[in-house]
Amino acid sequence: MKTSSMTARTLDAFARMSIGRAFASGIGMVAGGFLVLLVLVAIFAPWIAPFDYAAQNLMNANAPPGWPHLLGTDEFGRDVLSRVIFGARTSLSVSATAIAISMAAGMTLGAAAGYFGGFFERAVMTVVDLTWSFPDILIALIFVAIIGPGLTSTTFAIAIAYLAQFTRLTRAQIVRLKRETFIEATINLGAKPSHILLRHLMPNAIAPVIVVGMLAIGDGIVLEATLGFFGLGAQPPTPSWGAMMSSGTAQLFLSPWVIIFPGVAVAVTVIAVNLFGDELIRALDIRDRLRGS
Amino acid sequence: MSMLEVRDLGVAFGAVQPLSDVSFSVGKGETLGLVGESGSGKSLTAMSVMGLLPLIGGRITAGAVEFDGQDLTKLPEKAYRKLRGGRIGLITQNPMTSLDPLQKIGPQVDAVAVLHLRMTRAEARARTVEILGTLRIPEPALICERYPHQMSGGMKQRIVIAMALAANPAVLIADEPTTALDVTVQAQIIRLLDDLVKSRDLALVLITHDMSVVAQVCDKVVVMYAGRAVERGSVEAIFERPRHPYTQALIGCIPRGLEGTERLTGIEGTVPTVMNYPSGCPFHPRCPRAEPICAREVPAFSTGGDSAAACHFAEVGHAKPA
Repeated sequence: MKTSSMTARTLDAFARMSIGRAFASGIGMVAGGFLVLLVLVAIFAPWIAPFDYAAQNLMNANAPPGWPHLLGTDEFGRDVLSRVIFGARTSLSVSATAIAISMAAGMTLGAAAGYFGGFFERAVMTVVDLTWSFPDILIALIFVAIIGPGLTSTTFAIAIAYLAQFTRLTRAQIVRLKRETFIEATINLGAKPSHILLRHLMPNAIAPVIVVGMLAIGDGIVLEATLGFFGLGAQPPTPSWGAMMSSGTAQLFLSPWVIIFPGVAVAVTVIAVNLFGDELIRALDIRDRLRGS
Repeated sequence: MSMLEVRDLGVAFGAVQPLSDVSFSVGKGETLGLVGESGSGKSLTAMSVMGLLPLIGGRITAGAVEFDGQDLTKLPEKAYRKLRGGRIGLITQNPMTSLDPLQKIGPQVDAVAVLHLRMTRAEARARTVEILGTLRIPEPALICERYPHQMSGGMKQRIVIAMALAANPAVLIADEPTTALDVTVQAQIIRLLDDLVKSRDLALVLITHDMSVVAQVCDKVVVMYAGRAVERGSVEAIFERPRHPYTQALIGCIPRGLEGTERLTGIEGTVPTVMNYPSGCPFHPRCPRAEPICAREVPAFSTGGDSAAACHFAEVGHAKPA
């Protein structure tokens, strides 16, 4: 009795939170539910996957979907379902880590640039805009050239590719908020710049940045798959959706399932991320704050 | 003894000089009214006292701002920060937007005492509740848990006043504290400020354009026009015998209640902007008494009785305004 009312209260509190409100609509519930499920699958991959993702069985290569390999096997006879499940791990963790790094760096740079202004702002924005002018693949190639192919290069490449977006957005928010009366009032009360920046400006600026971060995770997954497709990302036998599709192209007509299922996984995940991101924008009521940054 | 003294203050933004020759002083338990139309430099004076001019690109070019005998114009920013909110409180024009929308009332008010009085969070909260109580806010402990959007304008203004008072300042500057509020609440807030001045021995600078408020609570008045002080004196002297035509016109603008059918009077023309301040006496283009000398020479203050006016004809006196 007591626990159930506590659960009810927790759920109630969650529903009143903005992220909770994003789950409230039909689309938000389906997309959000799928993402929660995907994260759980990625976390518990070793327990969910029916087979070892790296176990080869050349006798049973290119087997069509059926029993016991529900989604078939690839050219080495590895279970496609298990590899897609473990691929979720790679995709989500690489994309989320990269976006987290990008967000942290972008928010710091953007907030400092917006708050202090002047020469510092111009210097930061010039450098950041410069990173934006390079194609993502090129940045990834530079990293591969420096530290070799692998997930670290991919992560840094994605992080740099999205740095400009977070920096510009945060800067725009801070510049707008800086002119608000309550910031002036806080200065009048003798607050230090660090207090103003951390306690008043950042909390008020963070909502749009979180949403853009959410949407960027979807883009990050596509970028990770692209880099994996070109062999710049995860190295075999680590499963990655992009790399799986790449190896699948060789047997496109012989065993299309090898390329179709990871492709579907990428597509559905990115669509879910975008739909949920849109619901989040609606729930947080920040549509116009995302413009003009 | 005067807590805050401003002497011949001049402020410039680049080549533009929006403020010159502003002087006044306030002592403990005294209320000074700083009056004038919009754009006459009242708020700029407040910002100069708070040391906020660099923020908007201005600087003090002349005169002195003394707080408790200490010249503030040369004070480094760090020391200034201790004064702001600590010894000098400022209440801004718009309470609706003066509070952080994401923070509860309690923590926002607490922060002031934590910062300036080095209190712990618990001590600060106790103080916050006490101050909110003295400002006649019902159920102060409950209010601390509210967000700004859950409160009315009058309540928010009280919270803003509470924040200004939290560190026990000696001087309070209220920059049109009632403009954004409706009339019944305006009277409450003004009475509240007046009580605070008396009970806490505060020095209050009340910036307003409402002459009737000035008549009710102020001890001294400085009338500003186009970035200059044009008349200063005790409230009795200013109201009984206004010597500057602009002051006379302002007093003439107070509606006189029950007289009914009488039309409301205004002052013809508008306040000049900084870019086209007139030569000589700034008021001469709108002045009914203006003569050629007014356009040529800036009048000096001439003292008489309890007031001084910067008008070429202050000694001669004027016909009572219609």
